[in-house]
Amino acid sequence: MGMTMTQKILAAHAGKDEVHAGELIQAKLDMVLANDITAPVAIGEFPRFGRKDVFDRKKIALVPDHFAPNKDIKAAAQCACMRQFAREHGVENYFEVGHDCGIEHALLPEKGLVSAGDCVIGADSHTCTYGALGAFSTGVGSTDAAAGMATGEAWFKVPPAIKVVLKGAPRKWVGGKDVILHLIGLIGVDGARYQSLEFAGDGVDALSMDDRFTIANMAIEAGAKNGIFPVDATARRYLGEHGAREPVAYAADEDAVYERTVEIDLSSLKPVVAFPHLPSNVRTVDAAGDVPIDQVVIGSCTNGRISDLRIAAEAMAGRHVAPAVRCIVIPATQRVWLQAMEEGLLKTFAEAGCVVSTPTCGPCLGGHMGILAKGERCVATTNRNFVGRMGHVESEVYLASPAVAAASAVAGRIAGPATSQSNRQTF
Amino acid sequence: MKVQGKVFKYGDNVDTDVIIPARYLNTSDARELAAHCMEDIDAKFASSVRPGDILVAGKNFGCGSSREHAPLAIKACGVACIIAASFARIFYRNALNIGLPILECPAASETVAAGHALSVDFDTGAIADLTNGMIFSAEPFPPFMQKLVAAGGLASYIRSQLQNPAIAPA
Repeated sequence: MGMTMTQKILAAHAGKDEVHAGELIQAKLDMVLANDITAPVAIGEFPRFGRKDVFDRKKIALVPDHFAPNKDIKAAAQCACMRQFAREHGVENYFEVGHDCGIEHALLPEKGLVSAGDCVIGADSHTCTYGALGAFSTGVGSTDAAAGMATGEAWFKVPPAIKVVLKGAPRKWVGGKDVILHLIGLIGVDGARYQSLEFAGDGVDALSMDDRFTIANMAIEAGAKNGIFPVDATARRYLGEHGAREPVAYAADEDAVYERTVEIDLSSLKPVVAFPHLPSNVRTVDAAGDVPIDQVVIGSCTNGRISDLRIAAEAMAGRHVAPAVRCIVIPATQRVWLQAMEEGLLKTFAEAGCVVSTPTCGPCLGGHMGILAKGERCVATTNRNFVGRMGHVESEVYLASPAVAAASAVAGRIAGPATSQSNRQTF
Repeated sequence: MKVQGKVFKYGDNVDTDVIIPARYLNTSDARELAAHCMEDIDAKFASSVRPGDILVAGKNFGCGSSREHAPLAIKACGVACIIAASFARIFYRNALNIGLPILECPAASETVAAGHALSVDFDTGAIADLTNGMIFSAEPFPPFMQKLVAAGGLASYIRSQLQNPAIAPA
């Protein structure tokens, strides 16, 4: 029986010729990741595994990004705990604030730390992002991360897969965020629970690497174990440019078995928005109705990369953020921040009335840098719109692409880029 | 092992952000976390839950973030076990890894009401609603998961493997 791409990577890392859906395996890991929220719990558990040292200093990444720069004294203590562990154990991939720092899932690919064919775990649910590079990559908890740091291995139940066949090319202003929100709207927040989302089809060619990162990033919002893309010329170019190890490209067998196949015609997609309080609560922007907003956040591990900022700046250029709206732009990494500065994007944002932050997860999970008051509404390029996610339990988050977020900031209400053009004269 | 407790009932897709809101994640102290457990979905939970009580929920319990603080907070509240129609996969792993008993049982999830007294036998998967006499049967864990739970979590399991390599992984 044929294997899926995910199954082939897992088989290789378990030292087996083949694996089957449902089988429990012990797999070797190429990278173990944790952040300032999850690492302290993992570090607390680490001594319980009976190993003095980490399994490999090069294969662990510790990233202060969630509440960093330290938002309060307790957060400072958590970052200090992680920093000290990194020093004591000689962890090579620790990325200090200001020193080539950033949000973990934008940072690791940018630093070339994940390559195609890798098996990666991270104590952060959006670790599935690296599937964009053709890696098996999944989120786990702190105890699994501690076990991974100690032993270099993790147990997995081999997942069955859903094949997502992408066709055609998206229209202007339609991006990776629209693709993944559309898919989650189709299959639901548990539509891929315990399964892989394996992307395929000629539509993959039409997606930039940043679009693919956004799509793989939100596989977890459909409950998936991982999302994974084929290793094509675009992926190889990215890996080469970022100094990643030589890619090992796995491809699904022709007779691989899928639980189901979902087809998406990219050319038919329109910009969408996920209404509170589930990422599956998706409507097209043109059917959103009149929804006035208080805040816009453009950033996060989902949509804080350079092409996201370019799109937002293009949608905003020459216009101004609506008077009642606070628009917060958060480049995902120091390198993205610098590039946005060199390209003049930060100037565009500042002149349009946005505030630009240092890289941080910040408001995405209600940490800092843009918390919502009772009754406030935010359009965000982030990944979750759960109750209380960005602040008060009675605040609301609407998930959208950078294009829709920027257009909404200008319009003062949920709007697509085309709509905001027509509103231009009102500001 | 058998437990008996009062039921707290919740719906589908209870996410880790409502189990323990991120604004409290600047600590990993389980007791501090427990004081805010379920705060955004049930403000009275933390003050009314008693050791041995049982959570019953719908499908996809624990979806969202990978924060182990969520099962840690529930465990520190004294919750004896969680019964749900299904669990999100990271929460499922985390609960087993920290030794918090969980059971998948769609029938109990649908039928058992808040405030009922439940008796749960982890060895057999039998769930008895002592308030109305109904009996349910939960899905048994695969053998590897049973070993994890029996060892008291992943750390103890891996240590026991180091001492006794005969206990092979699955």
